[in-house]
Amino acid sequence: MKTREFLQEAKDLNKKYNFFITINEKAEDGIPISVKDNICTKGLKTTAGSRILENYEPVFDATVIEKAKKSKYVVVGKTGMDEFGFGSFSTNCAYEIPKNPLDNTRSCGGSSGGGAGYTYASKLSNSSIGESTGGSISCPAAFCSVVGITPTYGLVSRYGLIDYANSLDKIGTFGKSVKDAVKLLNVISGYDEKDSTSIKKGKENYEKYLGKDIKKFKVGVIKEFSNGEGINLEVEKDFWDGVKKLESNGVKCKEVSFKLSDLVLPVYYVIAMCEASTNLAKYCGIRYGMTKELKGTFNEYFSSVRESYFGKEAKRRILLGTFMRMAGYRDAYYIKALKLRSLITQEYKKLFKEFDVLLTPTMPILPPKFSEIEKLNPVENYMCDILTTGPNLSGLPMISVPVKKNRAVGMHFIADHLQENKIISIGDYYERVR
Amino acid sequence: MKIDKELIERVAKVSRLNLKEEEKESFVKDFKDVLEVFSKIGKVKTDNLDLSVQPVKFENVFREDKVEKSLNEKEVFKNTELKEKGFFKGPKIL
Repeated sequence: MKTREFLQEAKDLNKKYNFFITINEKAEDGIPISVKDNICTKGLKTTAGSRILENYEPVFDATVIEKAKKSKYVVVGKTGMDEFGFGSFSTNCAYEIPKNPLDNTRSCGGSSGGGAGYTYASKLSNSSIGESTGGSISCPAAFCSVVGITPTYGLVSRYGLIDYANSLDKIGTFGKSVKDAVKLLNVISGYDEKDSTSIKKGKENYEKYLGKDIKKFKVGVIKEFSNGEGINLEVEKDFWDGVKKLESNGVKCKEVSFKLSDLVLPVYYVIAMCEASTNLAKYCGIRYGMTKELKGTFNEYFSSVRESYFGKEAKRRILLGTFMRMAGYRDAYYIKALKLRSLITQEYKKLFKEFDVLLTPTMPILPPKFSEIEKLNPVENYMCDILTTGPNLSGLPMISVPVKKNRAVGMHFIADHLQENKIISIGDYYERVR
Repeated sequence: MKIDKELIERVAKVSRLNLKEEEKESFVKDFKDVLEVFSKIGKVKTDNLDLSVQPVKFENVFREDKVEKSLNEKEVFKNTELKEKGFFKGPKIL
C-alpha cells in the first residue's frame, strides 16, 4: 500500500481521536500497522506514554518490529497508551488521550488504547501490535470492538519492549477480525535468544486453526466473573446472549466456579507494582530520556529528574511497589503474592483438565465517559481489571472477540499455556456464528 | 503498621523520588485504601507453595562466550546531552 494514503488517513484520524503519539513520517510503502509506544522502533520516537522518555529515539528495533519489517509490514505510527502501561483507560498518558471511535466522549480502554481505536477506525490498516501486563490488550479490544490476542507468556519476544512488569508483560496483536490478529501473531511469535524468557519451541502456523468446527470443545463459564455484583447489566445481558449463541450452535457451555476469584486482583497488583518499581529505577536522567541541569549529589539529581517527569500514577506505583519490597513488608506482600500466583495457576490448571476453554466477559463495564473516569479513585480504577488480571497473572493465552459487530463488549476466551490453537479456533467460530 | 507522612517520605527517599507536600498527603490516603485491598492476600495459607517468579517454567539457556557486534559510540550517546569525551556526565561526587 502507498505510504501517502495511510499516512494521510492516520493524520486525519489523529485530529479526531488522538490514536497516535507519533506518526511515522518516514514510513515506506508496505502493509500498514500501528505499534504501541512502549515497543522500540529504530529512529522513531518511543515514549511509553511518559514525559521522561519524551525525547527518546531508540537505536535499535525490538524483535517484533524486526520480524514485522521482514514480512513487509510498515509502522504507521506509535499509539497512545497509559504511561508505561499504568492504567485501564489510556487516560494516564502524558500526551493527548485517545478517544473511542464508537463514541468519542468515552475511553478506548487501556493501556494499549490507541492501537485498538485505530484498528477499528482505519480503513487501511487491519492489525496492530499491542502489549498486555494485566489486560492491556483485551480491555481496549473490547471497548473499541476489535479482536485482541494476548498470547502465552514467552511466546512472543519481549526484546525491545519497555518493561512494566517482566513476569507479566506479553506482546500481542489487535485485528479487525480474528484472522487479521492471527496473521500478525504468526509474524511476531517465535523463539528469540535475546529474550531469556522466550519459550523454546518451533514456529507454529496459527492460521491453520481458523475455520475449524469446535463443537467438541467444552467451555467453562466462570460464574463469579459473569453474573451479578460488579458486572454492568448491559454487559451481562450481551454476554449471556453470546453464550446462548454458542450453545445454539452446538458448543457445550457449563457454569463453573473459580474458587480464588477474590484473590486474583490483589495478587496481580502486588506483583505488578513490585516489578514496576524496580523497572522504573533505571530512569535517572543521564544516559537517555529527559535530563536536567546537573545539580546536587547523584541521589538529589535522580530524585529531582524523577519528580519532574513521572506522572502521578507512575509515582504511586513506584512508591507502593518499593514499599512492598522493603525489609519487614517483603514477605507479607511480594513473596506472599508470588506464592499465591502458584496457587491461582494450579486452580486454572485444574479447570483445564475438564474444560478446553474458559469464558467470561472481557470487561465488567461499558467504556466509561472521560467525565466518569475523572471521579474514580485508585482502588476503583484497579477494580475495573477484575476479569482480565487472572489469566494475565498466570500467563495464559486469551482472546477478546466483540460480542456483536460494533458493540463495545467482549467475549473473553482463555486457554491453558501454549494452547493458542483453542482460543483462535473458538474465537473464530464465535465470530462466524454471533 | 502506621501509614503516615513519615512513612511516605521514607519510601520516597528509598525510591529516589522527590514529592511535593500535597502529593505526600494524597499518597497517605492512597496507601491506606490500596493496602487495605491488598491485605486480603495475608489471609490465605501458602506454606507449601513455590514462588512463581515467572508464570511459565523456563530452563536456563547458555551460549558461547564470544564477542558479538554491539552498539557503536555514536549510538550509545545518541540519546543524551550529558556526555563528554566518550563518557556520560553525572553530578559531582565531591
